Formats: sequence, C-alpha cells, structure tokens
Amino acid sequence: MGRYILKRILVSIPVVIGITIITFYLLNVVPGDPVVLMMKEHISPDVLERVKAEMNLNDPLYVRYMKFIWGALHGDLGRSYKLKRDVADLIVEAFPNTIILSFSAIIIAWGIGIPAGIISAVKQYSFIDNFFMGFTLLGVSMPIFWSAIIMQYIFGLKLNLLPISGFSGPEYIIMPAIVLGWSSAASIARLTRSSLLEVIRTDYIRTARAKGLMEKQVVFYHALKNSMLPVVTVMAIQVASLLSGAVITESVFGIPGIGRVCVNAIQNRDMPLLQGSVMFTVGLVIIGNLVADIAYSYLDPRIKYD
Amino acid sequence: MIELNRNKFPEQIDEEMELQGTTFIKEVWYRFKKNRMAMVGAVIVILMICIAFLASQIAPHDPYEVDLTNQFSPPNSKYLLGTDIYGRDVLSRIIYGTRISLVIGLIPTLISMAIGSVLGIISGYYGGKVDSIIMRLADMVMAFPSLLLAMVVMYTLGASLYNIFIALSIVGWAGTARVVRAQTLSIKEKEYVEAARAIGVKNWVIMLRHIFPNCMAPLLVMLTMGIPGAIMSEASLSFLGVGARPPTPSWGLMISNGKEYLFSAPWVAISPGFSILIIVLAFNFLGDGLRDALDPYMKQ
Repeated sequence: MGRYILKRILVSIPVVIGITIITFYLLNVVPGDPVVLMMKEHISPDVLERVKAEMNLNDPLYVRYMKFIWGALHGDLGRSYKLKRDVADLIVEAFPNTIILSFSAIIIAWGIGIPAGIISAVKQYSFIDNFFMGFTLLGVSMPIFWSAIIMQYIFGLKLNLLPISGFSGPEYIIMPAIVLGWSSAASIARLTRSSLLEVIRTDYIRTARAKGLMEKQVVFYHALKNSMLPVVTVMAIQVASLLSGAVITESVFGIPGIGRVCVNAIQNRDMPLLQGSVMFTVGLVIIGNLVADIAYSYLDPRIKYD
Repeated sequence: MIELNRNKFPEQIDEEMELQGTTFIKEVWYRFKKNRMAMVGAVIVILMICIAFLASQIAPHDPYEVDLTNQFSPPNSKYLLGTDIYGRDVLSRIIYGTRISLVIGLIPTLISMAIGSVLGIISGYYGGKVDSIIMRLADMVMAFPSLLLAMVVMYTLGASLYNIFIALSIVGWAGTARVVRAQTLSIKEKEYVEAARAIGVKNWVIMLRHIFPNCMAPLLVMLTMGIPGAIMSEASLSFLGVGARPPTPSWGLMISNGKEYLFSAPWVAISPGFSILIIVLAFNFLGDGLRDALDPYMKQ
C-alpha cells in the first residue's frame, strides 16, 4: 500500500515537470513583444531595453524557465501585465470562488447522478430508467454555455426566481452549480447504472438472493459497495471536467473564479496571469487524479501499480 | 449444435443461426440496424452531411448579408428563425454553420487519431524506453483539461478557425494512443504475428498489415465519439472568443454574440444551441450503436 502510494507520487513528478515545460514553452514563444504590448508603441528604444532586462526577457528560454520555476517554488508566479499585481495574489483571491462553485456542482452531480443510476439499474428498461437515461444524455450533449443561457432566460428573466449573474450571495450559486453539475451527473448516473447492472449479475448476488435476503438489502449492502468502485475513479476525471466547465460557467455567470481569470488573461493577452492560472489548475487536476488513484487502491486492494 | 449451445440464451442461438455463412460486415450491419436509436442517429448524421454539402442551395438567404434596417426581426415567414444584430438570417447562418461543425468535428479528430494510432502502435509494438516516453507524454496531455490546453494553444497561435484545427489535433491524440497501444499489446502475442515475424516480414509491414487493421473497430467507435467532442470544443472556444472570428457562422460564436441580446432577441442564441445538441446527440447514438454492433460482448 505505502509502496504503491510512493510509486504513484513518483510517477506524477515527471508529468508535473513536463506540463510546466509545455505550458511555459507554448506561452513564451508567442510572437509580439510583451513590453511593447504593455506600454503600447510609444516607447523609446533604451527604455524598452531596460524594461526587457528587468523582466529577464533577454535571457534564453531555458534560463527564464528555471527562474520561473524557482520563483514558483517560492510562491512567486510573476506579475500580471494588465492588472499590475502579483499573479499568486490574484489566484489566491479567485480560487475560493471556484472551490465554492465546484463543490456545489459536485453535490448536485452526486446527489442526482448516484440515485438516478441506482434506480435505473434496479428498474432496468422501465419508463423511469428511460427517463433518467434520456435526461442524463441531454446533460452530456448540451453545451454548458448554452444550457447556462437557457437557464438564465427561463429562471432569471421569465420566472424571475434567481439572479442572472454576479456573485454576492448563496442564491447566486444555484444556477451555475446546476449547469455545471448536470453534465457530471449524467456521466455518474450512466456509470453507476452500468456498473451496478454488472455486479447484480454476479454469483455472490445470486447467492444473496437465494438465501432469501430482501431485494433492498441485496442492492444496498451487497451490490452497491462493489459497484461504486469505478464511480470513485471517475472522481478524477470529474475534477478535470469540472475545472474545464468552470471556465465556461464562470464566464457566463460572471463569477470571479480561476476560470474567468484564465479567460480574461487570454483576452487581455496577459501571459504571466494565464501561465500562472493554467499551471495552478493543471496542478489541481493532477492532485485530484493522485487522490482518486490512491483512494481506488485503498478501496480495491487488487489494484497494483503495473 | 443444440448440445453445444445449451449455455446460451435462445435469442443468442437464433442470432447465430441467422448469421451463419455471412461476412463480418453483414453481421455488424445486422446488429446495427436492430438498434433503433443508432439508426435515428445515422439518419440525422446523413441529413446533416447533405445540409452541409447543399448549404448554398438550401439556405434561403446569404448568411453574410448585412441588412441594418432588419435588425432582430423575430421569427417570421421570411426569416424562419429571425435575424441577428446585423439583420442576417439566423437559419441561413445555422445551415452554413453545419459545414464548419462537421469539418471541425471530422478533420482534427482524424488527424489526432492518426497521430495517436502511429504513436500507440509504436509504443505497444516496441515497448521499452520508446513506450515509456510516449506514454508519459500521453499522461501529460491527459492531465491537462482539454479545453484549457486548447485555450493555451489558441493563445499561442492566435484565434482563428484554422488554428482550432491545430489545437484540437494536438489535444486529442493521447486517448487514441492508449487504446491502440493496449490493442497492439494483445495482438502482437497472436500466432499470426509470430508467424509473420518468423518468415522475416519487416516490422513496419507487420504493424501496418497485421496490427493496424485489428485496431479498426475501436478506432471507428472512437472516431464517432470524438466528432461530437471536437464540435463541442470548437463551440466552446468560439464562445469564449478564442476560436472562430466574426463573421464566420460558427454555432458557438453565434451563441456568444446572441447572449448579449438574450433578453430582447432570445432566438439568436437559442437556435444554434439546438443544432449543437442535435448533432452531438446523433453522433453519440451512432457511436453507441456502432460499438454494440462491432463488439456485442464489449461492456460499456
């Protein structure tokens, strides 16, 4: 167990390093001088040279990468071109909002997805199974930004139930969380259903039924535990898709989270801010994957690393 | 015959009897056409392809024609889905957008699958260091949320429709590489590969002639499932303003422009979304049906 965790952590180190290299390289080969971009064209050549030297822009790329990593390890992700503030501070400010949004979305996803999956599996091919599966299929097939604006239109404008955008109270989180959680609920429901259906056909479930246990007991005490294993792994994929989805959801609903920081940074061509927020997000995804893998190996001791 | 089949369900025996003496393709078609949702998906996809080809014939108006006297006219008999802020016909723009969506769905998915197949076969066939390097690279790409990676690539290349092709091709290969590698690992142990090697067939010929054709079934399913993913990514990137540039009739861009006037002219943003929904649903049905038809014993 301890060996597995250690191996798993060691394997993710080169992935983290590789990702920082890829991101750094992609964002730093962009044509166009960032100093000119920052100060517009009215800039004398010697000022330009001085600023460039201050920003280490004359160093070769690998030196700049090393300096960036050294800074990042000390909590310094550079300064935003546009906002003239430390990137780390901006991320720390935005992060809690993304966490609130993601957790609310997870609660909705699991709260709808798991019960819907269980009911669908127990009542396979019934009307309610078809209904849930159709409903969840809709969830994965709708673009998030579109379901977001449809909800804004219906619940915000027509019914006037919920605020349309902004982030100044608990009621502001309801619509974004539903929009973001729906597509995750869909994949969780489908996975729960297929996994439970598979387990229900195994011998030990037949034994449980044969010895006269009530159906409820068979499903909840015997089948559910084993069928939840793959659902747990999906958590990892969920972290990535939630954070991707948060980029869109936050932009539509005007929530000042990491996703909106990314989008604004792209629109303002604010490289340090984009670099910092992207690496931060990917770091979260990697930690999410790590936690899910370890949780999985703990829940299912048959899993061994290679 | 009956003796041998006593462990099977009667339907399974029926199916096998009916399929005796047929080819693999016929078997697949037999199973596919029994799946009603998959057939509906296939029909919609074919319809969409026709619309894309015949866009200039079907579209009632010019999708780029600006008519400022006709801003935001609600759906009526002349403009079936209304007009947008520049007085352009929404329906015509959706019809032309079908082209963009299908091309964006197909081409980058094919490119990324080609990259993924080559790397996956090499990785599985040779193993060792090559394998670890390719798979670690795949791990990195997979750890990146795909939308975020595409956004970073778009930042570097600049927003345009052509750059989306590049971004989506770079983003998508890792999943294919993993599947093809796994398939290759099992196929290369088969007797016919060993036989080919024994008579001195070159490695690349074995990979191309013996291993690759055996990866076709999962690849076909991945292609049909990859297309809606790419369509969705293009729409998301264009929606966020890092994809197609105006006045391109991209569905994502149309929704993005329309959302500014959602409360006064909801038709501008709502109808392109329906198109995305329908095309994505159709491809998902088709992919589900293909997977079940190609490998009836494969679990979801």
